Amino acid sequence: MEVDSNGHGHTGGDWPNRWSHLSQVLTRKGPFSHPNFQAGPETLSLVRDMVRLCIIGAGGLGCELLKNLAYMGFRNMHVIDMDTIDVSNLNRQFLFRPNDVGKFKAEVAADFINRRIPGANVKAHNGMIQDFDEDFYRQFHVIICGLDSIVARRWINGMVLSLVTPGEDGQPPTGVIPIIDGGTEGFKGHARVILPGMTACIECTLDLYPPQVNFPLCTIAHTPRLPEHCIEYARILLWPKENPFGGEETSIDGDDPNHISWIYEKALERANHYHITGVTHRLTQGVVKRIIPAVASTNAVIAAVCAMETFKLTTSCADPLNNYMMFNDSEGIYSYAYEAEKNEKCLACSRRTQTLNFGKTKKLQDLIEYLVNQASFQMKNPGLTTNIEGKNKTLYMPNVASIEAATRHNLKKTLDELGLTSGSELVVADSTSPRPLIVKLNLED
Amino acid sequence: MLNLFSLKNEQKEQGGDGSGSGGATKGKKNSAAQLRITKDINELELPKTCRTEFPDPDDLLNFKLLISPDEGFYRGGRFTFSFKIGPNYPHEPPKTKCLTKVYHPNIDLDGNVCLNILREDWKPVLTINSIVYGLQYLFLEPNPEDPLNKEAANELQANRRLFEQNVHRTMRGGSINGVYFERCLK
Repeated sequence: MEVDSNGHGHTGGDWPNRWSHLSQVLTRKGPFSHPNFQAGPETLSLVRDMVRLCIIGAGGLGCELLKNLAYMGFRNMHVIDMDTIDVSNLNRQFLFRPNDVGKFKAEVAADFINRRIPGANVKAHNGMIQDFDEDFYRQFHVIICGLDSIVARRWINGMVLSLVTPGEDGQPPTGVIPIIDGGTEGFKGHARVILPGMTACIECTLDLYPPQVNFPLCTIAHTPRLPEHCIEYARILLWPKENPFGGEETSIDGDDPNHISWIYEKALERANHYHITGVTHRLTQGVVKRIIPAVASTNAVIAAVCAMETFKLTTSCADPLNNYMMFNDSEGIYSYAYEAEKNEKCLACSRRTQTLNFGKTKKLQDLIEYLVNQASFQMKNPGLTTNIEGKNKTLYMPNVASIEAATRHNLKKTLDELGLTSGSELVVADSTSPRPLIVKLNLED
Repeated sequence: MLNLFSLKNEQKEQGGDGSGSGGATKGKKNSAAQLRITKDINELELPKTCRTEFPDPDDLLNFKLLISPDEGFYRGGRFTFSFKIGPNYPHEPPKTKCLTKVYHPNIDLDGNVCLNILREDWKPVLTINSIVYGLQYLFLEPNPEDPLNKEAANELQANRRLFEQNVHRTMRGGSINGVYFERCLK
């Protein structure tokens, strides 16, 4: 097949037939094509030149993702990671070499891909996802997550949800940026596709994430049976009591060898006392840092699925995963896909926002009376909070005596005096609804 | 299914005003964790033996709970607990400590509390209210089977009367086995 006859203007350095495989998929319709799919060279140029991807995390999954997506033909990618490279990463995070230890993961990964794959244009951000605002994330077509943290997942989930504008009169919503979320834990993994506001989001399925392993405190304190119990004893009970490194309650740093050694020695002492074997320096660090051994092959499988979903979403060449795939190869191989359902009570994606026009010289008391008396609200005893310049502010909460007393004076203040402006969002919690209502103020003179 | 790129184009057509309204709310979004805690706090239904104290009413993530049991061994005492709610609530439970030194089988002398829903049995469906009731229950029914203060637990199992006397002595401000307990009677 003549591949480059339909290619145009791509940068030099392509190897022969680089695009032949993609062309076979993208330049003709197949039985599994999505109805929106337009076969032709434009779709290929979409992948190569137009699509902008954001990859969050440049660790085990991130290295795989960057490599897969770049070889697939995606060129414009940003990668965000706040971490630096540790020696223990090198066995599976194959974009890093021994002399990269200590450098930023995002930077080293981006450099490697840009050097290795002709045309790749990966931009690194050594920092936290929280460092970037709406305008930054709005530039991407798909966000792909290779994260090990639930807090970070919840944050990016909240971010993409805030970019969605609901469609009016039955029109589809705008500003939808899909998240493709991959995750692994040892031999287990998942990949999922989230169309924010349309399909189940991270918060909808929060109880799917395995809880942290916590041992009962009384077992740790008095009836230890496992080496982990001894380590937790040193970490939870001894550390705060003895505060071995002085200062104002130094918190434990799992990367500080002195901290780990102290916990290890105390744990070993306790283990000997109870005739428990198995407390090692390595296990101590594992328990303190809650390390779950990462398996390179699981990362490879999950990253491959995520890359494939990115390709399907951006080109429409096939239906995307709907919407959750789990994978387990601890004994044989098991994989299953199902549709995670949207939670109608979800605090993130089913949030109800209502715009309210109100005079800015009206008092908070008037607003509360309006929420109680107005037929469309009919609230009983609403509590109101807001966020002013990034800081939470409790406006009034009638049900909690101490907060009520401390916020009562706000009732007599005007909305203007309280620092509220047009666009301010009030969180209104009331017993009449299972989830808070977001009231967006539009203040009139 | 949505067509990503037709959506993208619409967004561009909307141009300035679309991003303008986005800019107005920049940094003012309430996280799901914040919404959840607002709801939890607003819907607290405290038993009459409990009250909360919020040192900073704008900060719903750090507060104190005061329990004054009106029956059981600990009747007449007042016990203060600190609550710290992290950014991963409700995936992770709040951190709770007893600030009042208490002679209790399930609370150690450093204020650590052994209550299953605070650790191994926490679930996101539970609320602050569940913990309040759990803590109140600890004072009504101290559980010597899962001790954190072993001496107190042994005493409760061996001699209920003596345990009760010890509780009263410590609540009035007194020593047991060389440990001094500050007075916490109301």
